[in-house]
Amino acid sequence: MRKLILGNAAVARGLYEAGCAAASSYPGTPSTEITEEAAKFPEIYCEWAPNEKVAMETAFGASLGGRRAFCAMKHVGLNVAADPLFTMSYTGVNAGLVIAVADDPAMHSSQNEQDSRHYAKAAKLPMLEPSDSQEALCFTKLAYELSEQFDTPVLLKMCTRVAHSQSIVELGERREPEAKPYVKTPAKYVMAPANAVRRHPVVEERLRKLAEWAETAEINRVEEGSDHSLGVITSSTSYQYVKEACGDRFPVLKLGMVWPLPEKRIRDFAAGVERLVVVEEGDSFLEIFCRGLGLALSGKDLFPLTGELSQNLVAGKLGLPVPDGKVLDETLPGRPPVMCAGCPHRGLFYTLQKLGCTVLGDIGCYTLGAMPPLSAMDMTLCMGASVSGLHGFNKALGKEAEGKTVAVIGDSTFVHSGMTGLANVAYNQSYSTVIILDNSITGMTGHQQNPTTGFNLRGDPAGKIDLEALCRAMGINRVRVVDPYDLSACQTAVKEELAAEEPSVIISRRPCALLKYVKHKPALVVDLDKCRGCKACMKIGCPAISLRDGKAVVDPTQCLGCGVCQQLCGFGALKEVE
Amino acid sequence: METKNIMIAGVGGQGSLLASKLLGHLLLEQGFDVKVSEVHGMSQRGGSVVTYVRYGDKVASPIIDQGQADAIVSFELLEAARWLAFLKPGGRVVTNIQQIDPMPVITGAAQYPENLVEKMTAAGARVDTIDCLSLAEEAGNVKAVNLVLLGRLSHYFDFPETVWQEAIEACVPPKFLDVNKKAFALGQGA
Repeated sequence: MRKLILGNAAVARGLYEAGCAAASSYPGTPSTEITEEAAKFPEIYCEWAPNEKVAMETAFGASLGGRRAFCAMKHVGLNVAADPLFTMSYTGVNAGLVIAVADDPAMHSSQNEQDSRHYAKAAKLPMLEPSDSQEALCFTKLAYELSEQFDTPVLLKMCTRVAHSQSIVELGERREPEAKPYVKTPAKYVMAPANAVRRHPVVEERLRKLAEWAETAEINRVEEGSDHSLGVITSSTSYQYVKEACGDRFPVLKLGMVWPLPEKRIRDFAAGVERLVVVEEGDSFLEIFCRGLGLALSGKDLFPLTGELSQNLVAGKLGLPVPDGKVLDETLPGRPPVMCAGCPHRGLFYTLQKLGCTVLGDIGCYTLGAMPPLSAMDMTLCMGASVSGLHGFNKALGKEAEGKTVAVIGDSTFVHSGMTGLANVAYNQSYSTVIILDNSITGMTGHQQNPTTGFNLRGDPAGKIDLEALCRAMGINRVRVVDPYDLSACQTAVKEELAAEEPSVIISRRPCALLKYVKHKPALVVDLDKCRGCKACMKIGCPAISLRDGKAVVDPTQCLGCGVCQQLCGFGALKEVE
Repeated sequence: METKNIMIAGVGGQGSLLASKLLGHLLLEQGFDVKVSEVHGMSQRGGSVVTYVRYGDKVASPIIDQGQADAIVSFELLEAARWLAFLKPGGRVVTNIQQIDPMPVITGAAQYPENLVEKMTAAGARVDTIDCLSLAEEAGNVKAVNLVLLGRLSHYFDFPETVWQEAIEACVPPKFLDVNKKAFALGQGA
């Protein structure tokens, strides 16, 4: 059966067909849908873990137990999970273990554009890299075979354009392998120095054998071309751009496995073309390997290290004609993403801006609080850095900072990596004010449940962390809850906690306005007689409010009647419909 | 057949994913090779979003590049203009006339550009405008803007009506089917 599906859905289908039994992941664009789609197969146990490290270790445990296991994460998630990754390379697996990592070149929804291929090389693990949905499905299945054949975790590298593009796949049947018996093998699985010393040579030997396999692997293929004046080595979505730009004109060495690389195959390919070009997004990963073989070639001297490639970019760099497009000869206003109308974060950020706070931010929808007109964020680094960063900031500057600096972190991000930072605040006693933006969901990635929501991935009732009790148990005596729709309550809470000479936590609690179960009031209307066009209501950057002919206008298709703007209007011009 | 390229532009949250899902389903059923490239994650939050739909005998790249789109289908006027450079010479723009102020306009840092339809036409685009919001309201749900737009777009394909109806039934949840079919019909008739 042919089906048009996302690359991420194709990985999930591959998991199903390969007989995967357990998946544990943390959501992160562009990897999230893999686990969501896998959860649609009742045969696969799927869960959201609190973070990527926990997810990877859970998947490792499932593999150790003898069932094929999986975890998925975005590129920066692999940093979090790097600790188990490097040593899982030493232990190898029992049943097959596949780890999907999705890079985000051009940073559509990320804080950096690191190239995950370096992890494969550094951890000495094989990495497969599909270029469309069909390959995503097939490579996932192949990854399990390789994992068990070579006794290794296998990395499956996705990128935004493969993960979030739909293309046609041919579906197959599920084949569930027999569970592998668990046998106590401390020499393989207890990575104390004496054992690890013996495992390292095994890893090196495995890598050598994998490189040998790569020489004849079908997923590393040469596509012949009519014109040998140029030959291209490429992989992933870059391969698709090359094919789009050049058709079948030049020979192409298309690599489906990007680590380890097939030395002889690359040399043979290079020998058959006059000029060799490596086309890859991200770093000069393939290029450096080829240069190490002493091959003369073009790579990042032609192509950018930053952003994504495209067919026109490839065509232009290879000297082929590039189509032209007309632009209007005026600069159009940009349309950056914004907090949604009715977003509960808005009232809190307005308060922080009004009070002139220094705001150490974190990763989530609320990073949008950095955008004008709120502009209420001073720092965003990685998951959890708001809390630990605030502690360091306050320790460095003392009272001066403690009275006006806060950390803001979402509920899911807090459980992911904020809790350990808060432990440090409580333990080493900085008078820090940490604000947990509890919107009862993992918002940015599209509404995933987390340990604070009370539901699991499938939406069934689950364990629920009581944030107030947790913070108190960690040693924070001042814990209070505010409704971010109530501006005066927000202001009082922030002022009082900043003034307090001890650590404190404010939980700004209201569910995400986009959650289906959240009931909204009717859209507000503007009383044109009362509106003076003073723009006070526009200070909160609500996309539902604009100015037409000198008066405020509320877009009824967007407004959710949250009432935050009403609290800013000095003339009572914003009204509920009677 | 040479690959055909359709871009669907809009503002995050307007429903462009349903439009691309429906088109993708329809084109697959017609036996084409199809690729649809979407935007998920942060840009969806009220930002400028674009979806690429490509179909033909064999499609390689999942994205559409400058000067390659046969049509730009837009949920919002400024977004149609934003992607104009991606249109082929003489390509078609089918756009909702709705204007949604982006944040730089709301904050007063920029002005919403005037006369965009005229400017796009002067730049060589064949522009077809439609008031999707009014028609969606008439159909019974302001969120059915996407089906109104698809109804209008259906004029530019040679597929029989049954093909569209089948795709709508396959992609729209049953409880919204009536409203969406009505919206599609209103878009067709506009």
